[in-house]
Amino acid sequence: MSSLVTETKIGFKAPIVMAAIGLVVLVFFGLLGRDGMANFQISRRQDAIQLPDVPIDSSLLGVVSGILMLALAGFSLWLTLRNRKTRMWSISIFGFLGIVSLLGWLAADNSVPVSFIAGTALVLAVPIVLGAMGGVMSERSGITNIAIEGQLLTGAFMAAVVSTITGSFTLGIISAMVAAALLSMILAVFALRFLAQQIIVGVVLNVLVIGVTNFLYQQWLTQDSENTNFPGTLDIIKIPFLSDIPIIGPVLFENRITVFAALLIVPALWFVLFKTKLGLRARAVGEHPLAADTVGINVARTRFWWVTIGGAIAGLGGAALTIGNAGAFGREMSGGFGFIALAVVILGRWHPISASLAALLFGFSIILRVWANQVSPGIPSDFITMVPYVVTIIAVVGFVGKSRPPKAVAVPYVKG
Amino acid sequence: MKLELRGITKRFGTLVANASIDLTVNPGEIHALLGENGAGKSTLMNVLYGLYTADEGEILLDDKVQKFSGPGDAMAAGIGMVHQHFMLIPVFTVAENVALGNEPTGVLGTLKLAEARQRVLDISKQFGFNVDPDALIEDLPVGIQQRVEIIKALSRDAKVLVLDEPTAVLTPQETDELMDIMRQLAKNGTSIVFITHKLREVKEVADKITVIRLGKVVGSASPSASTNELASLMVGREVDLKVDKAPAQPKDLVLSVDAVSVLDDRSQRAVDSVSFEVRAGEILAIAGVQGNGQTELAEALLGLRPVIKGSGTIKLGDKDITEASVKQVLEAGVAFVPEDRKKDGLVAEFSVAENLMLDSSFKSRFTKGLNINLKARRKIADDLVQEFDVRTQTSDSPAGKLSGGNQQKVVVARELSREVKLLVASQPTRGVDVGSIEFIHERIVAERDEGKAVVLVSTELDEVLALADRIAVMYRGKIVGIVPPTTSRSDLGKLMAGVSA
Amino acid sequence: MTKKEVNQDGFNQAMKEILAGGATRTILSVLLGFLVGAIFMVISNKEFIEGLGYFFSRPGDSLGAAWQVVSDGYGALFRGSIYNADADTFEKAIRPLTETLRLATPLIAAGLGIALTFRVGLFNIGGTGQLISGMIFATFVATKVELPFLLHMLVAVIAAIIGSTLMGALIGFLKARTGAHEVILTIMFNYVMLYLFTFMLREQSLLQGEGIIGNPKADPAAENSLLPKLLGDSYSLTWGLILALMAVVVYWWLMERSTIGFRLRMVGFNPDAAKTAGVNVNRTYILAMALSAAFVGVAAANQTLGTAIGVTPSSHANIGFDAITVALLGGSTAPGVLMAGLLFGAFKAGSPSMQVIGISPEVLGIVQGAIVLFIAAPPLIRALFGLPKPQTSNVLGKLRSRIFSRKVTK
Repeated sequence: MSSLVTETKIGFKAPIVMAAIGLVVLVFFGLLGRDGMANFQISRRQDAIQLPDVPIDSSLLGVVSGILMLALAGFSLWLTLRNRKTRMWSISIFGFLGIVSLLGWLAADNSVPVSFIAGTALVLAVPIVLGAMGGVMSERSGITNIAIEGQLLTGAFMAAVVSTITGSFTLGIISAMVAAALLSMILAVFALRFLAQQIIVGVVLNVLVIGVTNFLYQQWLTQDSENTNFPGTLDIIKIPFLSDIPIIGPVLFENRITVFAALLIVPALWFVLFKTKLGLRARAVGEHPLAADTVGINVARTRFWWVTIGGAIAGLGGAALTIGNAGAFGREMSGGFGFIALAVVILGRWHPISASLAALLFGFSIILRVWANQVSPGIPSDFITMVPYVVTIIAVVGFVGKSRPPKAVAVPYVKG
Repeated sequence: MKLELRGITKRFGTLVANASIDLTVNPGEIHALLGENGAGKSTLMNVLYGLYTADEGEILLDDKVQKFSGPGDAMAAGIGMVHQHFMLIPVFTVAENVALGNEPTGVLGTLKLAEARQRVLDISKQFGFNVDPDALIEDLPVGIQQRVEIIKALSRDAKVLVLDEPTAVLTPQETDELMDIMRQLAKNGTSIVFITHKLREVKEVADKITVIRLGKVVGSASPSASTNELASLMVGREVDLKVDKAPAQPKDLVLSVDAVSVLDDRSQRAVDSVSFEVRAGEILAIAGVQGNGQTELAEALLGLRPVIKGSGTIKLGDKDITEASVKQVLEAGVAFVPEDRKKDGLVAEFSVAENLMLDSSFKSRFTKGLNINLKARRKIADDLVQEFDVRTQTSDSPAGKLSGGNQQKVVVARELSREVKLLVASQPTRGVDVGSIEFIHERIVAERDEGKAVVLVSTELDEVLALADRIAVMYRGKIVGIVPPTTSRSDLGKLMAGVSA
Repeated sequence: MTKKEVNQDGFNQAMKEILAGGATRTILSVLLGFLVGAIFMVISNKEFIEGLGYFFSRPGDSLGAAWQVVSDGYGALFRGSIYNADADTFEKAIRPLTETLRLATPLIAAGLGIALTFRVGLFNIGGTGQLISGMIFATFVATKVELPFLLHMLVAVIAAIIGSTLMGALIGFLKARTGAHEVILTIMFNYVMLYLFTFMLREQSLLQGEGIIGNPKADPAAENSLLPKLLGDSYSLTWGLILALMAVVVYWWLMERSTIGFRLRMVGFNPDAAKTAGVNVNRTYILAMALSAAFVGVAAANQTLGTAIGVTPSSHANIGFDAITVALLGGSTAPGVLMAGLLFGAFKAGSPSMQVIGISPEVLGIVQGAIVLFIAAPPLIRALFGLPKPQTSNVLGKLRSRIFSRKVTK
């Protein structure tokens, strides 16, 4: 073997964190849990295939989940003691159990509309997912993109206004993507040509976009919303047969085009990034621009296009906010989704698929907060909303594992 | 392929890095380019590789004139380069690194990694490299990374291979293996340019030797030439840098270093159980070729770099400063002139006056409680500017705007004006004009005569001989000998090459 | 060369230095920002657009409308933020100016905080989180504690500063300890603090006001804890302004005169050199974040104790973000931040009067964004106006030394 065998010690952070969470579930959702049955509704009334509801005792679910989670923590500990990494599948099951027990706890004496919650979480996550894809493209090529928020807002605004004025959703989507791409070009030009600080330019672009959209919203859209800001939403497309599958069908295959676009873009970006020449070069430029230069790759041009196309994708995410969900543009309606996308990029370690899963976590927390307020008004829903942010903090300070950004991100490359 | 450089001249501003250099490398020849640090070897090779454009002269390959506007052109023409700092992406696999920029692709630009992997395996097998195409670069030892660089060049059909200081980072065994590889490549018809300053290696592997000094070709030699002969060619005639100084009058013990070991940034043992003592009123020079652990040793003395736990002790007088922080070391009475003044010695945006109080910001003659004593600072700064002949408009001018020599005078003025027992000066005259060199040298001797202990770290033999009262030569992290300044250049050269006297 | 020629040369060089300097660029950026705002006002104006239809036959209509809307808009801004000539009494006429000062107060204080991190090479986007942290502490003292006049106010202000500082120190600690990037940490803590605050304001046992059901809202701050009015009861300007001005002085002393600031700046410019000079860089990062948040804490005190209405989750008024633009425009210097805070405070104060004449005050957000965008790219401004590159000479410095009769070394 030519490769050096590096003796890295696997830390005990994973089993510790898992055990702590498992214990919380066992004690608070289980032993000290709430009385009553949680009724998991698998099928909706309109579904073709009807499956019966699954009623489970809320606290029993907590106890069972908690014990299983502790078992998984134990498994993780067992692996760690043998200096092996905790398995991804075990973390996935762990997370699934945690979510199920949380739902069950909240819904004591109530119903859990499973496909409604999952479907809404997905729809809410789409802008974050697409924003994060824009962020991944930008940062993988070595440019920090704090302007995702501005790109989402631009896309949301253009999609709503252009769709209303032209009556064409297609034109609306195209203009959303083009406008957000133009915004990205400003970032790219400032970063690559003027060597301005990327973080500052990003923040400032957000301020500018908020200013422009607020002004136009106030000056135009509120005066004459009928003719400027009344696009409605895209039609919901049902994919035949696939949409009849219980749970998965309504969640994945009965959606607007924006959701389908996200479901396609994420794997597509993964493919381009890791399986094609373009992706290899972009990653090289983001990691070690000088090395890329010495093999004849144009660093500035590569960065320019990755940032720009990333902006277009984020713009589509913006369109998903208006014509893909709300049906009209609202003041500062991106409401921090761009910053969440930024966090999601880091949480997903600059990987399109992991980032999208992290975005789903945020989408889930938003719908959960709304739903929790309905089924159990006494629950402090602010805490539920807080969870993803706290998870992000825990992740970046290294409890979940060191996240390593592309090495040359935010570092301007000046040819020697 | 035959490579010919004709009259290559490259200037940076007023500095002439290469002056009309001629060089011919025949097919299958290992041609060593020998010279000290800063002699202009790397500049020449960057011109060849298209990273720099020559101001004058031309490059010929098989007698055809070439025009390179970037590394891409040079690679296409058959030139491969293994840079001193590897141009590899740490998080990529070997195959990905080799493919980068020259990717085998299928439909939609998909990477055919299998093909790239096969390419690595083929070349690896042909030369017995034993490189795993799927290993991540960051997991590989330096020697293997270098082979990846060679594979990268060969996979692009390089007929001329430039190796820039390839042994600087290698262990002795890895060096021997590299030499075998070089011989093999040459046997297969590749022309090799081997840039180095290590005499032993040149003698062992080169077919032909060209020596460069101060940007000019000063001669050529065959590998059968004696080490002495090569050393004097490389180092040159004695430049008259004589400093008037009386014999040293060593007094009390100031610094004692006992069996200290230090790791470098790559966690390799850069300083290996080094021991020495320095007394008040003497200058101990630490000589040696760059990269033999001097930098790390100096940093360890200051507390910038930890001494390996339990390896040894550093004592200042009776005080153990092995684990002291930089601040504690400075306050204990150590002055430090860092090797890289732009990075470690100065804040370019600060004024000259501010730079003069850089390491006296806690409690000193520059401060009054939590306030900066502006009046005192101005006075001290103006006096020091005068005393050390710093050429600046005012002491409020930013230090970044001064010339290299004057910047160094600011650093020296700052360090020598503090009350200290020990001065550690690393490369105090690197990149400094001759006038300033003389001035700085005189000041260092004056410090000694005032009864301070001085550790001078220098790769310049002239400087070492001009200043030292005793010379410690470092080689591969060890002190191979401590000799008097009357030792001949050739004996010193041998010590620096690791040959015990 | 004759002496006159030398003087002429010196003068030209001095001019060049002035043109290449930051002050010139800042002024041009501000003007450009107003120009961008004017363009938006014009293109969104109905008469202008209608006039465009027959622009070539009667260009006067469009141009007149354009001039009208711009002068109306910026005129209203002036009336609303500085001096209202239409008012019947002088007291009423200068009220806009006092409003500008009132609204500039938290911007100045928080702007100083953000500016401090810029000087240390850090980027604190967490103004909001730190502000909220301070508000939690201050709200607790102001609504749950009873103390005599003045003392109550002082304790509440100090509580605000402590609350903010703790937040900043935590972020600094996490950065220094784990190497996590402060940008992401600060953004995440903004949300965490916002939701935590909302939660606390919803809990009767924590900060929620008595008798308030459901809504996240605190009791009004106790009379004794309020910042006293500075100019009598007819103006809402409070002693908060004095606190902010004190903060400006403290910031100036800290950054320009103290040894602490010397080390902070050293780390900001060149952490390697700082390390070699015996400065503990990680500890400096913690200190910088804590000090930065302490200034933000003054803004938190102002937001909590400025008026006697109970705080709500939105009482942070986005000051944390606006402070970033204030710091950028102010070039992170004490006087710069003061001026920038006043400018953006004027924007806030002038908004209602623009609203009244039918021009959306949101245009000021565009002006604000455009100004800092131009500030962020010096080469752009230089190229637009053909300004000289930064000069290597120091004629001005020499002149300054001569004026202050300093010894000029060769």
